[in-house]
Amino acid sequence: MSEVIATNQTILVVGGGISGLTAALEAAECGKQVILLEKAPSVGGRVSQLYKYFPKLCFPTCGLEIQYRRLKANKNVRLLTMAEVTGVTGEAGNFNVSVKVSPRYVNENCTACGECEKAVSTEFDDEFNYGMKKRKGAYLTSAMAYPQRYVIDPRIVAGDDGAKAKEACKYNAVDLEMQEQELSLNVGAVVWATGWKPYDAAKIQPYGYDRYDNVISNVEFERMLDPFGPTGGKIVRPSDGQAPKNIAFIQCAGSRDQNHLKHCSRICCMATLKQTTYIKEQLGDDCKSTVYYIDIRAIDRIDDFHRMVKADPNVTFVKSKVANITGGADDNVLLNGVDTEGYHRYRNEHDLVVLATGMESTVPAGVLPTGVEINEHNFIELDSDSGIYGAGCSSDALDVNRAAQNATAAALRAIQVVTRVAGQEG
Amino acid sequence: MSNPNQAMVEKYRSNFLKEVEANVEEGHWVKMCMQCGVCSGSCPLGPHWEHPPQEIFMMIRAGKREEVLGSSSMWMCTSCYNCIARCPRGLPITHIMHGLATYAKRLGLQPKTQPTAKFSQLFWSNLTKTGRVNELKLGLSLYFMNGFANGIKTALKMQDVGLGMYKTGRLNPLEILGGHSIKDTGGLQKMLKKAFEIEEAKIAEYKG
Ligand SMILES: Cc1cc2nc3c(=O)[nH]c(=O)nc-3n(C[C@H](O)[C@H](O)[C@H](O)COP(=O)(O)OP(=O)(O)OC[C@H]3O[C@@H](n4cnc5c(N)ncnc54)[C@H](O)[C@@H]3O)c2cc1C
Ligand code: SF4
Ligand code: SF4
Repeated sequence: MSEVIATNQTILVVGGGISGLTAALEAAECGKQVILLEKAPSVGGRVSQLYKYFPKLCFPTCGLEIQYRRLKANKNVRLLTMAEVTGVTGEAGNFNVSVKVSPRYVNENCTACGECEKAVSTEFDDEFNYGMKKRKGAYLTSAMAYPQRYVIDPRIVAGDDGAKAKEACKYNAVDLEMQEQELSLNVGAVVWATGWKPYDAAKIQPYGYDRYDNVISNVEFERMLDPFGPTGGKIVRPSDGQAPKNIAFIQCAGSRDQNHLKHCSRICCMATLKQTTYIKEQLGDDCKSTVYYIDIRAIDRIDDFHRMVKADPNVTFVKSKVANITGGADDNVLLNGVDTEGYHRYRNEHDLVVLATGMESTVPAGVLPTGVEINEHNFIELDSDSGIYGAGCSSDALDVNRAAQNATAAALRAIQVVTRVAGQEG
Repeated sequence: MSNPNQAMVEKYRSNFLKEVEANVEEGHWVKMCMQCGVCSGSCPLGPHWEHPPQEIFMMIRAGKREEVLGSSSMWMCTSCYNCIARCPRGLPITHIMHGLATYAKRLGLQPKTQPTAKFSQLFWSNLTKTGRVNELKLGLSLYFMNGFANGIKTALKMQDVGLGMYKTGRLNPLEILGGHSIKDTGGLQKMLKKAFEIEEAKIAEYKG
């Protein structure tokens, strides 16, 4: 790997999702030097795992492709993938950041021809598809991966498959000798944008995510729609691969709850409304959707979207948080509860349940210096002087639009710090 | 009161929420309920409630004093704690239910034929007399709670249980003569009387 040069006039952006990309590009296009670190083999984050995004229902390629093009064109950003921050010390204007870079075992020569993938046979759970599908030990994270460069799973490096992959590559791109690297970067400001992970649905014991095949999470549902995804783009019941006829969505599954995430994850209401449009698009009148909710939080402009879905005769809304789920016949499940509009007790049968699980912040413990204020929801507070700024879902539960705005604001604050440093150094 | 507006205001005065907050154990939690319904759906006694907890909390906020305090609902609670375990807002629902029941009883508004209310009174009288529960007398008064004939029937039915308890030392027939007690029964009575007075004074502030 070539030398990474950083000074205290450099801005470090951690996390290459839509927020990190936005912050890095905004700062770089202002002429600042930026290092962008991404833990995964590709940037793009969770947005690249969505089928479409609300409110306009465009495909994620649309927003991301523009960012990738800006990234490719900009000399001021240095992107490091498979890189993770292990510690930060110092203060605004002068941070020391230690970084661990994991070996990809594939170098810049890779043309993404895919010969190595064909040559190997061992398969692993595909992280990009939340384990709903397998991938080979030599793989591209997704068709949209950036950089378009293959990865060799460390678990095959020492075995036959490693040798086969190396042999198959005509461009000498497979390098099984690559080692883990430790870097130490001196930077002036940090934008922290490591985003979110789906709240672990199995922790919501009464909903039986771990007991019933046909209880899935909203991120899994999202993957079903991808033509390259685990079901080839079809909405199906995991138990038998059949098209469902009667889907339930359970809102606030693990959010707004003292026992789970205390915060409102803010996007799951809209995500569910959006997902009902997928059902309409694919299954039409053959499938009904029922949304169980406490209150629908589709704020300001996106309320129009809420009204549009409400007008759909195939979508029903039940004002109630489901108390628990029990098993029914034919791998169906029964949703039990009492509704708030009249206090009627119900036991409703559905053939597929989507838990609208929320977003859990991934701000790590014990990595950031003590001056950085992290609130009870594990989001970075908008503290102005620490020199480390949370962006996107590291600062709050946000949709893409708001995450990008928030990231731009974080970039501006980081720019102020390095500009101040530049002024002092003359 | 001739003005119908005034009459409505009087009917729905939100003072009842304040009254509950002041006089009912854990009553200050009632306003935290977000009406999600998880407690109602989680209660194993659910189908037998006149009003599930979620509805009770809304009725309190709507000022339905007589309906709430006269309801049999709180008396149905078996303290399984399912609702507390699941409530997303952390309301101590079980405790509020018992608090409401106690308060209704104190005001004499509880449903007159409610068996749990009757039993609770028997238990309380039994316990406070000597400071110790007299199992034998409590058992007997429970058997005869619904009349003499019923009592004999229950006593016969429970014979084996009674014998078993006797054999394992859980039931002493001599208890019928008065039974064991704490050292200072008089002191206990005084304490309880004082506590009762303090509660009465508090209740007087909000008593409808
Ligand atoms: C089911 C569902 C559907 C949604 N649908 C929509 C929608 O339709 N429209 C919409 O606007 N929003 C939607 N959202 C919200 C959207 O996903 C987020 O707004 C968006 O992902 C936020 O981007 P981000 O960059 O802040 O975080 P992320 O997308 O999580 O990106 C974080 C990046 O940081 C990397 N990273 C993580 N940890 C580290 C580390 N320690 N070091 C380095 N890198 C790290 C990750 O690999 C990732 O690339 C949806 C959310 C859910 C749950
Ligand atoms: S956005 Fe909706 S589903 Fe998600 S936590 Fe908030 S209210 Fe619940
Ligand atoms: S579970 Fe809690 S918040 Fe929900 S209705 Fe019951 S008391 Fe209210």
